[in-house]
Amino acid sequence: MTSQVGAVPAPVPGVRFATRRRQAGGLPIGRQAMLQILCLLITVTVLFPIVWIVSIAVDPRDIARPDGLNLIPPGATLDAFAQVIKQPTQNPVSFPQLALNSVIIAALVSVASVSIGVLAAYAFSRMQFRGREFLMIAVLAVLMLPAVATIAPLFVSLNKVQIGSFNLRASLIGVALAVTSSQLPFAIWNMKGYLDTIPRDLEEAASVDGANRFQIFWRVILPLAKPVIAVTAFFGFIAGWTEFYFSWMFLTGDPKSWTLAMTLNGMVGQYAANTPWSQFAAYSILVALPVCVVYLYLQKYIISGLTIGGVKG
Amino acid sequence: MTTLAVTAPDRRSLWRRSQNARTAYLFLFPALIVMAIITFYPLVFQIWMSFTNYGLANLRATAPPPDYVGLENYGRILDNNIVLPNFDFLRILVFNLFWAFSNVVIHVVLGVIVALILNTKGLLGKRLYRAIFILPVVIPQIIVATVWRNMFDPTHGAINFLLQGTIGVLFKLPPDAFNMDWLNQPNPILAVGPFILPLAYFALLTANVWLGWPLNSVVATGALQSIPNDLYEAAEMDGAGFWAKFKTVTLPYLRPAMLPYAIYGFVITFNLFYLSYFMSGGGPFGQTELLVTTAYRLVNEQQLYGVAAAFAVFEFFILLGITLVTNRLAKATAQFDA
Repeated sequence: MTSQVGAVPAPVPGVRFATRRRQAGGLPIGRQAMLQILCLLITVTVLFPIVWIVSIAVDPRDIARPDGLNLIPPGATLDAFAQVIKQPTQNPVSFPQLALNSVIIAALVSVASVSIGVLAAYAFSRMQFRGREFLMIAVLAVLMLPAVATIAPLFVSLNKVQIGSFNLRASLIGVALAVTSSQLPFAIWNMKGYLDTIPRDLEEAASVDGANRFQIFWRVILPLAKPVIAVTAFFGFIAGWTEFYFSWMFLTGDPKSWTLAMTLNGMVGQYAANTPWSQFAAYSILVALPVCVVYLYLQKYIISGLTIGGVKG
Repeated sequence: MTTLAVTAPDRRSLWRRSQNARTAYLFLFPALIVMAIITFYPLVFQIWMSFTNYGLANLRATAPPPDYVGLENYGRILDNNIVLPNFDFLRILVFNLFWAFSNVVIHVVLGVIVALILNTKGLLGKRLYRAIFILPVVIPQIIVATVWRNMFDPTHGAINFLLQGTIGVLFKLPPDAFNMDWLNQPNPILAVGPFILPLAYFALLTANVWLGWPLNSVVATGALQSIPNDLYEAAEMDGAGFWAKFKTVTLPYLRPAMLPYAIYGFVITFNLFYLSYFMSGGGPFGQTELLVTTAYRLVNEQQLYGVAAAFAVFEFFILLGITLVTNRLAKATAQFDA
């Protein structure tokens, strides 16, 4: 199968000769031009919201509300970014403080879902045991449920854990637990799919050499599974970094314990009448940019995983 | 050393014996413990909650337990007897199904069309286009939702400016011709019984199409690249035109890749929280509310934990039904192929 991917066939001379006209890149020039126009149109629609938000963010007037479609505002400035980093809303909290809270949730979700998930994924991928089918269906069933669907019992149960003045529900750890509860089944399923594609010969060879299951897992499987581990950890990180509904519901304390997404809701939500759009735009870019950069960096692995799943199905 | 030949088969059987349940459960242990506590326990607890009047008064650790109310919560949901403004279970369900279906159809069709364009041999700038077209996927959904919300703003939004700058200028319309209140316009475009489509639906659809087609295009590209080229050449020899080639060669390869992804996309779109919650806020009059956003409002705004639990149980069975039906459809079409 793989040998056919991207294979360029030898041109058939007869056909070539018959259709020889003015060509650009192997296509008749008319068709090339038509497709280029189409592609450029699609490019414009894809880029339009991105260009719009960047243009508001760098508008030198630090505008409260846009008054026209100025995609390249005269005399761009980064003032809105500086303001947002110092204090994004009227709450006395800075962007780095909010980002730290979000990073704590993101890191907890990412580490927990990958480290616990990869062990389970290996068991599901390689071992036969009683209850395997049942457990796999249980994981899959949970995967189908939206995270919001278990918010009531999670809120109520986590709220009961009260040690002194510490309430688990109202803490970053509580939010991380809630996010992990929906992220872990995804992590298991995603990594199992990848482990299934690693050939078994390597393990058998290691086993003949006297390695036990845990040594095989540690020395053979983990190094080979690095790409999927990176991707799954990244998805866990995004889930925590941009998490909104659990934190908005759980973190009822002072704004210093808030997360990035909660503040974003404060900027555009029902209390948003006072936020200048330049600052909203700058804030959005600051939240989105790290995710975009890592995503594009890992893109090769993410997409190949997706297409494997697609073609296999 | 001489025993090596003898012990080797033993080691192989040791390998087999080590594939036993005990090792498997050692690997599974952390995941089972964690999932039992934070995933499966809440699900079971949820079912119990759905038969009680769990509310604010029962929250604290020392609070009395809630009362058993039987099927009252389920009845209240079906009777639309809930304090949530504009709550109508049937209308929300119908809208949610139509929302997911209409989105996925458009995503798949656009995704395949763009994949076909980018798969054209000799097209210049393919790599650049592929890199640009993936951008909507990499931006966090909550940002996508809030940015599009601002773009559809009636007086300051980019969409009205854009319409004004193109259609408005072209037809010499007055400068305030385009101040459409996309997200809150109260008169629905279409209303047939419980099936109501407000203008906000089309705004949400626009944003979600922007967000959704690129991944479909990636999956379609993967499938297109696995098609052996001789098949096209053979079809050309038989004098097949573009449509004939598409139907006999491309489609049979696309379908097995796109169908599972379309089902996956349906479930994802069905549960898409951010666009509805942040763009239209469920409005106008709750007409763009989805099941997930309703469930969230029941807990977050009304603190009706018992009712929310019953609502989530309904949601689970609806999703189960969708999965069974779509799997049926997938199998049926697969047999049709053979």
